[in-house]
Amino acid sequence: MLKLKHGIVELYRKVATSLPPDVESALRKAYEEEYEGIAKEAMKTILDNIGLARERSRPICQDTGVPTFFVTLPRQVSQKELTRTILDATIEATEKVPLRPNAVDIITDRNSGNNTGRNFPLIYFEETDEHLLTVDLMLKGSGCENAGRLYRLPVEELNAQRDLDGVRKCVADAVFRAQGRGCPPYTLGVGIGAAKDQVTLLAKRQLLRRIGDRHEEDRISALEQRLVGELNRLGIGPMGFGGKTTVIDVKMDYNHRHPASYFVDVSVCCWANRRGRLVWG
Amino acid sequence: MEPKRLKIPLREGDVRALNVGDLVLLSGPVVSGRDRVHKFLFNERPGRESIPFDLSGGVLYHCGPIIRREDGGYRLIAAGPTTSQRVEIYEWWLIREYGLRGIMGKGGMGERTLRAMKESGCVYLHTIGGAAVYLAERIKRVVDGWMIEEFGAAEAMWLFEVEDFPAIVTMDARGGSLHRAVAEESRKRLVELLRPGGA
Repeated sequence: MLKLKHGIVELYRKVATSLPPDVESALRKAYEEEYEGIAKEAMKTILDNIGLARERSRPICQDTGVPTFFVTLPRQVSQKELTRTILDATIEATEKVPLRPNAVDIITDRNSGNNTGRNFPLIYFEETDEHLLTVDLMLKGSGCENAGRLYRLPVEELNAQRDLDGVRKCVADAVFRAQGRGCPPYTLGVGIGAAKDQVTLLAKRQLLRRIGDRHEEDRISALEQRLVGELNRLGIGPMGFGGKTTVIDVKMDYNHRHPASYFVDVSVCCWANRRGRLVWG
Repeated sequence: MEPKRLKIPLREGDVRALNVGDLVLLSGPVVSGRDRVHKFLFNERPGRESIPFDLSGGVLYHCGPIIRREDGGYRLIAAGPTTSQRVEIYEWWLIREYGLRGIMGKGGMGERTLRAMKESGCVYLHTIGGAAVYLAERIKRVVDGWMIEEFGAAEAMWLFEVEDFPAIVTMDARGGSLHRAVAEESRKRLVELLRPGGA
């Protein structure tokens, strides 16, 4: 567990200070395609910052978010023990990387100073038959977390019915409402299903997918692809300055719903889509 | 476009001459303040004399930095902007009460702030969200901090000394707002997307 702790501290460092290659190349493409003017300048600053952060090994963005772990663990590994290891690694990473302490007590309004607290960081477990332990870490800033929205279809003012076209309209509305406040170009995660808690997590999980990959189900894949084109016609652009690239990708997944319930959650991720994986075995 | 170089404290004339779309490079003292600072100032209404930094003619930066205590001073690690809209309910009062001439952050602000800017002579200075290392390198020094214990380092009020700190005017003192323009244009496109069957 001591070695694993060290591994998780290094995972924190990697995720906080560098972007995955698929995200970075999508941003580079957005820069090249953008109109001349402040939107293109914004993309240039973003790319310069990515380079500087990597070079200096400093966090790309000062908001290192609510650290969110998606862990797939073999049967013989204890969840409790692993949670302890993640908490220890979080305290160490906050000091060493460093991360910004973001855990604030609701009652006292005090910042714990080390990124741990009541259900902080967020950790989700899943069991696997494999022998490998997989730890995915997402550092998602809260500017974009605040830009996410939950919809309950039908939505009359959007003329959104209980079908995939209704889902499409919710996603368009969510991006319109976010405008530039969550640091576009965005990556969107969309979750569809029966219950509020379920779709919210499903939406966020989509953000772990690689830029450019598509859902295995044709109709979902087509909707993802269509939305990328349509959302970029909103013209919100980098930083909300007006421009060509408002989203770099849309990721969607679904679960069965209830006859009465059709929930859609849209999780918005800023351009600094920070994620990384540690495989331990 | 050539950026305009401005020295802080800003004069009313400097600020009223700025237009949406202007690039500026700021030099001088910048004070940071985000959610907690705004809530505190608005609710407790401390007089100017009880705030250790002079806000008159100043630029208030919506920023919660990563900052480290080192050798009796502070070292800035990362210092990009935070979303300004969250302090919309407070900002009009701060502009008026403390004589601020620049509000700096990201994402822009609403109509109430825009009105206060026009009345008092103040602009919104947009920095690049997430560009935390790039911007931290343009802050030469952390001079001092206030309410560090009470609010925590990420939410304290810091006094920075900046040099050629880049920003874009997106709300001016004439009532112009790039954010309003982009929202109106994107609303038209949204309406097209919401038609039956889509665009």
